[in-house]
Amino acid sequence: MVEFGGWDMPVEYSGIIDEHMAVRTAVGLFDVCHMGQIEVAGPDALAAVQWISSNDASRLAIGQIQYSALTTAGGTFVDDILVYRMGEQHFMLVVNAGNIMKDHQWIVAKVAEHGGDVSVVNASSRYALIAIQGPMAERVLQALTDIDLAAIKYYWFGHGEVFGVRVTVSRTGYTGEDGFEVFAAPAQAERVWNALLEAGAGHGIKPCGLGARDTLRLEASMRLCGSDMDEGTSVVEAGLSWIVGWKKDAFLGAERLRAQKAGSLERRLVGFEMRDRAIARHGHVVMDGDAPVGVVTSGTQTPYLKKSIGLAMVPVALSAPGTSLIIDIRGRRVAAEVVPEPFYKRSQPA
Amino acid sequence: MYPTDLKYTIEHEWVRVDGDDAAVGITDFAQKQLGDVVFVELPDVGRTLTKGEVFGTIESVKAVSELFSPVSGIVVAVHDALAAHPDYVNGQPHETWMIRVKMSNAGELDALMSSTRYDAFIA
Repeated sequence: MVEFGGWDMPVEYSGIIDEHMAVRTAVGLFDVCHMGQIEVAGPDALAAVQWISSNDASRLAIGQIQYSALTTAGGTFVDDILVYRMGEQHFMLVVNAGNIMKDHQWIVAKVAEHGGDVSVVNASSRYALIAIQGPMAERVLQALTDIDLAAIKYYWFGHGEVFGVRVTVSRTGYTGEDGFEVFAAPAQAERVWNALLEAGAGHGIKPCGLGARDTLRLEASMRLCGSDMDEGTSVVEAGLSWIVGWKKDAFLGAERLRAQKAGSLERRLVGFEMRDRAIARHGHVVMDGDAPVGVVTSGTQTPYLKKSIGLAMVPVALSAPGTSLIIDIRGRRVAAEVVPEPFYKRSQPA
Repeated sequence: MYPTDLKYTIEHEWVRVDGDDAAVGITDFAQKQLGDVVFVELPDVGRTLTKGEVFGTIESVKAVSELFSPVSGIVVAVHDALAAHPDYVNGQPHETWMIRVKMSNAGELDALMSSTRYDAFIA
């Protein structure tokens, strides 16, 4: 067990590789209760969400979700978030565990500055969250619910019951695989967890820890806020221009992000594959001759692709796929190459 | 119970002695702590090692550890198969040697732990 964002969480149950492969080939179950939920509601809720986040929340229908960034005035990350449109004037932001208090205070302050009739509530203690991920996830979950899961498209959600427990179910996840995240009241979460494990037993379900969560998300090129980007990294630098609502009105950080998009960008996050036999890890330095020019933000040997991969922040001049990189690993200079992202993409999208 | 024909270090390496030849690996306790091993970096044959010197690194999916030589001497063989099969370390830790060292001072073995003492050490 390790301490993570104030929670005691297992790094692994049966082993990271075993759990990782279960998610890629069958189904895995993740206890992600540590994730936070902040609700923004009121007549001016949409305007508030538009102001504090990078993506265009006006494009969300009720029941739809988008990936977004909670941005500083410099267009950098306070956090990366999922925005759920619960109602016309009601949004739920799913935030990272370690950032719940910081995000809540930030949102309250920025919404107050912006004005309008909005309430912001840290609802994290009201929700437990369980993720079921993998090609067999829909079949396992469907056996326990009256919700028509096939009707829930990628990045949409619905409400109903799972094993008699009132839940919200979204077709989302952090693995690059098809799957769902199930929000339930904390008192009933264990019941849902146990029912899913039992229902999945015949499909090879495995409980999965933080270790597999990290290797799965990295293999799918999904960023980890706090590791790949932070308050020093802009949304464009993180390679996430697609979560910027370029056509929407002013929002925190818009000016800098627009300037970077127009050509002032100096560095960006890229995916790389090692060419020499080695594993680059967070913090290893990217070299250009004898000069340090960049840094590895995530790296691992991925269990499914069986490659040594990672993400690194490098100068734009070194960011094109095919570019050779030299990484200093504990004093040894090893070769890597920038590759197109994502590293892994599932063959049959939901 | 750990194999009685091996000697152990506080860094969780084991040594199997055959004359003045010492095979070195890591213990079952160490591989369990590391989890799935995905990479083992070993020295070149011919390198001279001093007792306690780092002779390589071992990486699991979640962690990196240095490997420390339990004895002084010259590396006479490295286990090349580990390049393609680092998971052997998890499967058979006490059969999977990493390097063989021709010892220059067999007296250093006296400082290592017996299986009984190692059992107590990790308890």
